[in-house]
Amino acid sequence: MDIVVCVKRVPDLAEADIVIAKGQRDIEKDDLVFDINEWDSYAVEEAVLIKEKLGGSVTAITLGDDDAEEVLRRALAVGADNAIHLSDDAFEGGDAYTTARALAAAVRKIPFDLVLTGAQAGDDGYGQVGATLAEMLGIPHATLVTSIEVMGKVVRVHRELEAGLEEVLDIELPAMLTIQTGINEPRYVSIAGIRRVAKREIEMLGIKDLGLGEAEVGADGARLEIEKLFIPPASQKGEILQGSTDAVAEKLVGIFASKGWLA
Amino acid sequence: MKEVIVLAEHRRGELRDITLDLLAKGRQLAEKSGADLVAVVLGRGVEGLSVTLAGYADRVLVVEGDSLQNFNSDAYQTELAQIIAERQPLITLIGHTAFGLDLAPSLATQLDAALVTDCVDVDIDGERVTAVRPTYGGRVRASVALRGAANRIATIQSGNGPSPQARDNGGEIVKLPSRLAGDIPFKKFLEYVDSSAGEVDISQGEIIVSVGRGIGDPKNIPLVEDLAATLGGVLACSRPVVDKKWLPKARQVGISGKTVQPKLYLAIGISGAFQHVSAIKNAGMVVAINKDPNAPIFRVADYGIVGDLFTVVPALKERIVKARGGK
Repeated sequence: MDIVVCVKRVPDLAEADIVIAKGQRDIEKDDLVFDINEWDSYAVEEAVLIKEKLGGSVTAITLGDDDAEEVLRRALAVGADNAIHLSDDAFEGGDAYTTARALAAAVRKIPFDLVLTGAQAGDDGYGQVGATLAEMLGIPHATLVTSIEVMGKVVRVHRELEAGLEEVLDIELPAMLTIQTGINEPRYVSIAGIRRVAKREIEMLGIKDLGLGEAEVGADGARLEIEKLFIPPASQKGEILQGSTDAVAEKLVGIFASKGWLA
Repeated sequence: MKEVIVLAEHRRGELRDITLDLLAKGRQLAEKSGADLVAVVLGRGVEGLSVTLAGYADRVLVVEGDSLQNFNSDAYQTELAQIIAERQPLITLIGHTAFGLDLAPSLATQLDAALVTDCVDVDIDGERVTAVRPTYGGRVRASVALRGAANRIATIQSGNGPSPQARDNGGEIVKLPSRLAGDIPFKKFLEYVDSSAGEVDISQGEIIVSVGRGIGDPKNIPLVEDLAATLGGVLACSRPVVDKKWLPKARQVGISGKTVQPKLYLAIGISGAFQHVSAIKNAGMVVAINKDPNAPIFRVADYGIVGDLFTVVPALKERIVKARGGK
């Protein structure tokens, strides 16, 4: 089973102060910590789990600037065999559509049975790269996958729906699946583990290697243009309780008591 | 006549609420553009749904077929791509749901259409289509313009608009033949399974004490469980806690888990992603404890405490016990 897994490097925004950059098309990223997109980390783990069970190979692909290499190193450290870095100045200003187009051109060059990626990315959150890529490759897909069972030339997958419901589907290989968080427990990546793969070769591909023109990728090829980013206005609804821990606890318990909830 | 198309979403014979959100937004765009609002329903045995939709839309296009009974993105894509290609609507609206996320990207790619997902608002101004959508986990919003394609598709987040107005005169119902040659051999629907069944039904909880990623380690969960017991409430959690297998799915509050309507929802160490807060909209009172003052949960909280849950929760428990006279 040859598996391709598409990954993205994204900023971790938990507890970060977000500042809209000048020009309002981006956020200030200099002080942010970056990591592999959370959904993609589950996709990498799932690819490696399937390979460990059935044999074959895992190839990790990312599209991004020089720093994006670190998410490929991370994938290699947890068990990916190969890594491909799509890197070109022409990718600048691209969207989910142009990302899928570049990924499709790269995936077509390698043999695969299964393509995996995260169901969405923690930054843009489009949730569309996987199924777009599947259509470009002419293979069936399922999104929001919470379980995969390989049964010969078919995969039996569970898709997450709403209200605790899942649907079960049989999909013929080759196929593309987008992975939902919680499908597995991604293994811990040690610094030593990443150091061990520091010298592994990463294949670099630009638009010429992919057979794409400048107008097909980046801002020129994009279907979406970000006109403005803004921080949504804070709700006036609530009250932040002020004071020491004891004082705020006292206030809150007073509110509960006034509602009769402590009787 | 120009048209705005809305794709009806249904499951197990029932129209899903998102369809009403889409009809409301679709009506607004149709009125602004002087267009007809057209609802498309794909399925089997959907006469009843068609009549409901005709109460809101100017026209309902119905395609029936065995392969359309349960959602199959390939079957739906084949039918819908034909309809859009023939009718060239101003825009097609689909729900930003498990259904829409599986369908819209490949549909847009087949049609070479511009797609914008997860919209909280969409606007049409002449030929120009713009949308507002969350990015960076909902902490930032982006105004975006669609470009470079004749057809436009938007997936719409649930619960952002007004309710649709039913109309006095029902729209016309038009039956279209299915274009599917037969079954989709490479993608087969087997069954639905309920992944959230469990020993507890949190959806009935009057007081819910809910724990999120901020708890840090499964060994800390008893701290919150203890507070829940002290308040006579039920313990629940947000998605990351279930993803990490710290609590079972039956306790998950969120769009993919349980929707709740307690009189008190106490969110501890929960950031407040859209998926989560959508499911607590009908809570009587929301109280949030989080050390991140920017956490989106504070936007929906009636009372907030910015602080470390590991000091606030024990202090709270102590005061509650004292207020109850030591019990």
